[in-house]
Amino acid sequence: MFPRLVFESFRRQRRRKLLAGVAIALGVAVATAMIAVATNIGDKINQELRSYGANLLITPQADTLDVEIGGVDLKPPSDGAFLKEADLPRIKGTFWKNNVVGFAPMLPVRASLVAGTQTDSVEVLGTWFARQLAYDHESFVTGVRTTNPWWKVSGAWPADDSSDVLVGRELAEKLGRRPGDRIEINGQPHRVTGILATGGAEEEQIVAPLPVAQQILGRPGAVRKVFVSALTKPEDALALRDPKTMSPAMLEKWSCSPYVQSIAYVLQKAIPHSRVEPIRQVASTEGTVLERIKGLMLLITLAALLASALAVSAAMATAIFERRNEIGLMKALGAANFTVASVFFAESALLALLGGIVGFFGGSLLAREIGRSIFDSQISVQPVLFPVILGLAALVTFAGSAVAIRRAVHFDPVYALKAEA
Amino acid sequence: MSATPSIRPARRSGKHGMFLRMLLRASLVRRGRALSALLAVVVAAAVATAMLNLYVEVQAKLRTEFRKYGANIVVVAKPGQSLPAGALPRVQTALAGRGIAVPFAYVVASTADGSPIVAAGTDMESVRRLDSWWSVSGWPHGSGEALLGSRAATVVSPQGQPFDLSFHGGSIHLAAAGTLTTGAAEDSRVYLPLKDFTAWTGVEPSTIEIAANGSAPQITAIMKQVAAAVPGAVVRPVRQIMEAEGRVLGKTRSTLLAAAVLIILTAALCVLATLTAWVLDRRRDFAIMKALGASERLISGFFAAEAASIGAIGALLGYAIGIGAAAWIGRANFQASISPRLSVLPSVFLGSVVVALLSATLPMALLRRVQPATILRGE
Repeated sequence: MFPRLVFESFRRQRRRKLLAGVAIALGVAVATAMIAVATNIGDKINQELRSYGANLLITPQADTLDVEIGGVDLKPPSDGAFLKEADLPRIKGTFWKNNVVGFAPMLPVRASLVAGTQTDSVEVLGTWFARQLAYDHESFVTGVRTTNPWWKVSGAWPADDSSDVLVGRELAEKLGRRPGDRIEINGQPHRVTGILATGGAEEEQIVAPLPVAQQILGRPGAVRKVFVSALTKPEDALALRDPKTMSPAMLEKWSCSPYVQSIAYVLQKAIPHSRVEPIRQVASTEGTVLERIKGLMLLITLAALLASALAVSAAMATAIFERRNEIGLMKALGAANFTVASVFFAESALLALLGGIVGFFGGSLLAREIGRSIFDSQISVQPVLFPVILGLAALVTFAGSAVAIRRAVHFDPVYALKAEA
Repeated sequence: MSATPSIRPARRSGKHGMFLRMLLRASLVRRGRALSALLAVVVAAAVATAMLNLYVEVQAKLRTEFRKYGANIVVVAKPGQSLPAGALPRVQTALAGRGIAVPFAYVVASTADGSPIVAAGTDMESVRRLDSWWSVSGWPHGSGEALLGSRAATVVSPQGQPFDLSFHGGSIHLAAAGTLTTGAAEDSRVYLPLKDFTAWTGVEPSTIEIAANGSAPQITAIMKQVAAAVPGAVVRPVRQIMEAEGRVLGKTRSTLLAAAVLIILTAALCVLATLTAWVLDRRRDFAIMKALGASERLISGFFAAEAASIGAIGALLGYAIGIGAAAWIGRANFQASISPRLSVLPSVFLGSVVVALLSATLPMALLRRVQPATILRGE
């Protein structure tokens, strides 16, 4: 009798059920989408923040002091120590290889440039643009195009194995060079593939593939410094502690969290004779921005949950209130309060289940659409969220129905049947 | 007949009084139902107000966070030259309080053992505000004190002892006030107060770093004004900072907008469900009014007026609560107050009233088709 009651009620009063069901589905969809967006927004904004450029800098351990003013290296090019280019793929062999978005070696050298009749001294910066590398049978592409996304080239990027170069915007203006022209660096002709705008010192320099700079310096395989761009966890009190003073348990937690400090620690061990420092301007500020946005989304998700819960409760209350007559009839026929309540709760549960399933998939689609249109990337809904969302839907539906069911059950059947509400 | 003119005004006022009394009594007698309808509107309006207020304010709030990245505009003299005298006050006039401008002067000095080191002169108080990410163990407080980059410190003053630097024959004796760690070129430099620096080297600032507040067009305008104030210097944006800021702000705002739309829709749905139930619940009132001879227009007007007043009262209460919620979010998340936006009120008010009216008209259309007798018989 009990299942039939519930089943028939569903079959016959489709229109009334529809409103409540739609409300549940919509509420659940919004909640699912917002939870998915809120749990993903940290990663997404972290990706966006990588456009600030590298947050780690690798330099030779035995290096002399930098002599750099306004982005121009004034140190004699052969002075100090170098890193080995051949060691760099090891970065992708560390524990944090998946957090490393990209890295780019730099080798600044000075060269003479023949412009018309006079010879000028210019800085030539050797680097990787989009270099294909392999480590442990895994291949990947890295270079300044990944680490410095604010570098804009009019023309084309040179190939990493060519002798083509980019000319900084201000230098190109001074020399009157355009993409496709040729320039002579240290007596060697090079083709200019593009003009580089960076808003920094590179605009007065020539940026060349690494082997070109190494050849000018006469040190094959040498690199002055490496910029590494990594996805990190915002700093907290633990991140800033010295790993040497930690207890083993704390050290394990520290080294398993992608703090910029622990990534630096691992990279320094991976690259021989190196010194790895977090670039504080990027690393520390990134954390605060990320925290703010994550906090904001969390609060908004709470607001969304509240709004969906209210909408579901309102719809359920309405649906049940409309059925006082039936309740009155059931009671008049001798049904106990408990039986009547359980029929309605069973209906609510069924409605919550159906609405929850539809809402969950609708919400997943919604989250994906938000991810695609705003971040150009996937926002995936964790499958583990499914039971959580269903439970939440059931809870909210029950809570919304409870008051209405209680009121309806305690209503005198005589009045209910006379419809004198 | 002669009495009619004198009765008519009284009847009219009575009619209005009756209308108002019905409106008022209807909500007073069934406090529970009216309250739940009002509550739905209040919550929806509060959520909408908070979301819209946040949406308007979030950009400004996040911008202040982004300014912690330091300068977004750099003024540089031609290579090898200094900026003209009085450049800093002119830049500050052009800025007019819309940011911080900090002068920097650089030379390559030599340490006691003759190795090259970059010495920089700057205004310590302003640099502290501009580059809040500098990790400094102790700031210099007066003349003769220097801030040492962490790598420079190991070379010139490993034990924190006073040291000498020389430049073009002139030398200076400095005390180490603290060390500076940034992970970048600053670590290899020695920073000293600009006055000491100029007295020692005779070199004037060659760079002014500016952290300007405002949207992208405002910053472009500030750059133009600064360029006009310091002719001959190169004024350029720090593209790295500007671009990332623009991207993150844009995406955050779009996400917030999507969230706001979803939440407001859900809240509106809640209002629709509650108010529809409220009107349907009162179909007996409707039937009695109709049976007593009230015109359809009057009844529609009555329900519409009820719905509209609930929408209006709910919107006002909700606006006040929403402003409070937004302010709390501002304090909890941004540690800054979010000022109430009056511009949000009209849209929230109109939206609430329209949704309320809509929720009342839908069931009205249903009820109109039913004979009052059927309702009164309770079917």
